[in-house]
Amino acid sequence: MTTKLVIENLKNKPMRSLLSFLLIGVPVTLILTLQGLSSGMLNDNKERARGVGADLIVRASSTTMAVQTSTEAVKEKYLAYFRNEVPHVKLATGVMNRSIEFPLYITGIDPDEFTKMSGGFTYLDGRGLRDPDDILVDELYARQKKLHIGSAISLKNHDWHLTGIIQGGKLARVVVSLKSLQEVLDTGANLTQIYLKLDDPRNSDAVVRFVEENTNLKVNTMAEFTALYSVNNIPGLSDFMYVVMGIGVVIGFAVVCLSMYMAVLQRTREIGILKAIGGSNSFILRIILAEAMVLGIGGTVLGILMSFGAWWLIRTLVPSSLAIDIVPLWWPIAGAITLVGAGLGALYPGLNAARHDPIEALAYE
Amino acid sequence: MSSGLAIETQDLRKTYRVGKVEVPALRGVDLQVRTGDFLAIVGPSGSGKSTLFHIIGGLTPPTSGRVRVADLDLASLTDAGRTNLRKKTVGFVFQKFNLLPNLTARDNIAVARYIAGANGPFDRDFVEALRLLGIDQRLDHKPNALSGGEQQRVAIARAIVNHPAILLADEPTGNLDTENSKAVLDILRDLNQRLGQTILMITHNPEAAAFAHRTIRMRDGRIVDAG
Repeated sequence: MTTKLVIENLKNKPMRSLLSFLLIGVPVTLILTLQGLSSGMLNDNKERARGVGADLIVRASSTTMAVQTSTEAVKEKYLAYFRNEVPHVKLATGVMNRSIEFPLYITGIDPDEFTKMSGGFTYLDGRGLRDPDDILVDELYARQKKLHIGSAISLKNHDWHLTGIIQGGKLARVVVSLKSLQEVLDTGANLTQIYLKLDDPRNSDAVVRFVEENTNLKVNTMAEFTALYSVNNIPGLSDFMYVVMGIGVVIGFAVVCLSMYMAVLQRTREIGILKAIGGSNSFILRIILAEAMVLGIGGTVLGILMSFGAWWLIRTLVPSSLAIDIVPLWWPIAGAITLVGAGLGALYPGLNAARHDPIEALAYE
Repeated sequence: MSSGLAIETQDLRKTYRVGKVEVPALRGVDLQVRTGDFLAIVGPSGSGKSTLFHIIGGLTPPTSGRVRVADLDLASLTDAGRTNLRKKTVGFVFQKFNLLPNLTARDNIAVARYIAGANGPFDRDFVEALRLLGIDQRLDHKPNALSGGEQQRVAIARAIVNHPAILLADEPTGNLDTENSKAVLDILRDLNQRLGQTILMITHNPEAAAFAHRTIRMRDGRIVDAG
């Protein structure tokens, strides 16, 4: 009977119910979209790092983040050192990353060495790097920027010529020749990272120890490196997520509090009737809380559906800039956060309703 | 209440406080209603009829005095105790029907049963009562699809569904035309005669009061004619 009362109440005010669902759904969508972006971008970066086909990655000792695009550099001369003096190293190739527009960056590679290590790019259209101004982009970047073979692309104050559209999943979305990028940026013979391919991956630990003992460079296995792509390793991201979740609770609380407060006001007489026929304070409170829970659950479901809409929009409009996943693991978490907000929000109007004097409530017009 | 009294009050007083002003609504009411009685209370507005009704129905506590309803001393009952009294011991019929607008007639009755802790289909006696009330074919309609007379009969059905010891009716014909008023009063009298239902009815209408066994008159918070 409580369920019937709640459902009939919600059906009786369809616009209020729909608006409540919508407003509760918005923070759910916000939480799921941010989690989806976080997961999608980290997974995308991991996948592209693995796509290089390296066993180890070498970076400047002061590097703290997984994706390093600052001017902290590894001298290019280390390539020869790794190739000639470090045991078990079969291949070594250097790359340079520079940010172009957050979160994208342009990457300079040595085409021949990179092809040896990774197996080369898969070309969906066009050809590889040949001339100094040639540039490759992956299919997502080409779609987002509406580029085609022969397009002129201005990046880093230099005009590049699009010669190839590649399948994503290897290292970068925007690729040029390392030499060209060094010249354009006037960085000299510096690199951002060096990737190492070993004769046998089981020798990774030995090579790491050797490099650490003989240089001041930071060296990680690719497994360690991709593990750095986590929410906890991106400064401020966890805190940001907590803030968003807190906002979700507050919005859920405020929406439900306002909605239920209005509902209690509108139903003062009905509350009086229920009390007159023996409805206890806890019965009245239970109805209000149950209605808030239904609003919370409905809002969560709507929020999940809207997160699919956000997912579709992002993948359609900015597929290259933002990688997004659907994160079903977060559905119950977002739902729980919303229900906590809804429950807290319904408490005051619920207690208020339960405390109504039945005689005054029955006289309410 | 071994003497067969359904309601007994002694020196019952109720004073409302409006701001800093004390307004006496009942000034010492002594009343005895036997089980199976049909009592009408008449009197002008402000005479204390509704306050007496509210106290006997457990909607508000008295300020002082003694009031016993179906062997329960209401003066000593807590708020929860008065809530329990309203669940099973007394049933209300109001002038404005007071049905829940979102529920069908059937659910309006069922909610009273649910609150009293009963579930499942209506028992045979109650189904017969619904037939006598003439609403057995109207149970799946919401109040806005029912006439005033039908709504009041649904309200009566809701009031008696838990077989209360006392049925309290506050101006039950106040919003009805003559024909429906008579129908409702016939039903109340029928409930009283057939089922021995104790009924206490407040009314302004002398014709309605004539349906009762006894009529008492109130004025200025006191009973001026015990009938």
